[in-house]
Amino acid sequence: MDKKILTDIWVYLAASPLLWLTVTLIVYLAGLWLFRRSGGRAWFNPVALAMTLLAAILLLTGTPYTTYFQGAQFIHFLLGPATVALAVPLYLHWDRVRQLLLPIVIGLLVGSLTAIVSAIGLAGLLGGSPRTLLSLVPKSVTTPVAMGIAEKIGGIPSLTAVIVILTGVVGAVAAPALLEALRIRDDAVKGFAIGVAAHGIGTARALQISSLAGAFAGLAIGLNALLTVLLAPLIVRLLHLTP
Amino acid sequence: MIGAMAVLLGLQLIGEVAVQISGLPIPGPVVGMVLLFIALRWRESLPEALRTTAETLLSHLSLLFIPAGVGIIQHGARLADEWLALLAAMVLSTLITVAVTALVMQWVIRRQRGARWDG
Repeated sequence: MDKKILTDIWVYLAASPLLWLTVTLIVYLAGLWLFRRSGGRAWFNPVALAMTLLAAILLLTGTPYTTYFQGAQFIHFLLGPATVALAVPLYLHWDRVRQLLLPIVIGLLVGSLTAIVSAIGLAGLLGGSPRTLLSLVPKSVTTPVAMGIAEKIGGIPSLTAVIVILTGVVGAVAAPALLEALRIRDDAVKGFAIGVAAHGIGTARALQISSLAGAFAGLAIGLNALLTVLLAPLIVRLLHLTP
Repeated sequence: MIGAMAVLLGLQLIGEVAVQISGLPIPGPVVGMVLLFIALRWRESLPEALRTTAETLLSHLSLLFIPAGVGIIQHGARLADEWLALLAAMVLSTLITVAVTALVMQWVIRRQRGARWDG
């Protein structure tokens, strides 16, 4: 084939949503395949694999992120209905949730505060700039909400999105082993702790532990989003953080 | 499937509108989740189509984060300058949060059980 034709096809496809939407799905399926081939080993996290591969492809082809996102936004958009769908596991496990109301409320308060304060504390000690600290505040909250919080308190929303996702990957990779080491046996507690710290990506992992763990992780996503929306501006004001 | 998607999107839409009108700092989809939960409790049953659609969406929840995660390529300079602070905050803080949340919950559960046995 003529080189000109190939270039023309590339120029056409690279700008259309179809290409990057399809590539994202294929790369995700490849990541999932690798994860399963590895026997579900936590280090082969499908999100981390797919992110790395896609970032490499975009950098190698010189494709700007905005072009990529025009295609990938159709996947990103589904975060909304997926959040609504979290009501389903919650409904199915409501009896257990009701029994554990007090541990949930106390665990949420302590966990949410710990997530915010430990993130900005550690990053502050290690020389993080003010805008980075502000972008870290909502790091344990689900992406769309976290970006909204970052914008409101003076962080960088797109940086927050990346931080949130990497936080989720860390939680998905390390939390099950950590909970095992701490001898936490209750799937409800496991799921809730993973959901508070590592939102949706952690929840994807918690759903693999059990449906009960997934339900509690989903509950934690919603509750932690609500609480962090209220806590973040207060903590930022108390610590005199400004961009 | 389509009906279930319409329910999920419809509730998200109502949630977004409610947030816009009330000015509450709550995300629209979270309001939608609360509404769906209330509706299911009120109906006292879960339609099969809704259950399968929700399970399909949630079993691939991690896929939905990939597009935003790829945004990492826009932040190369900041990541290079502040990688240590960011890495510490993401790794250590996340592990601390998981541990603290789980231990506190377990402690409260044990105290509750203890109280029930005593009283």
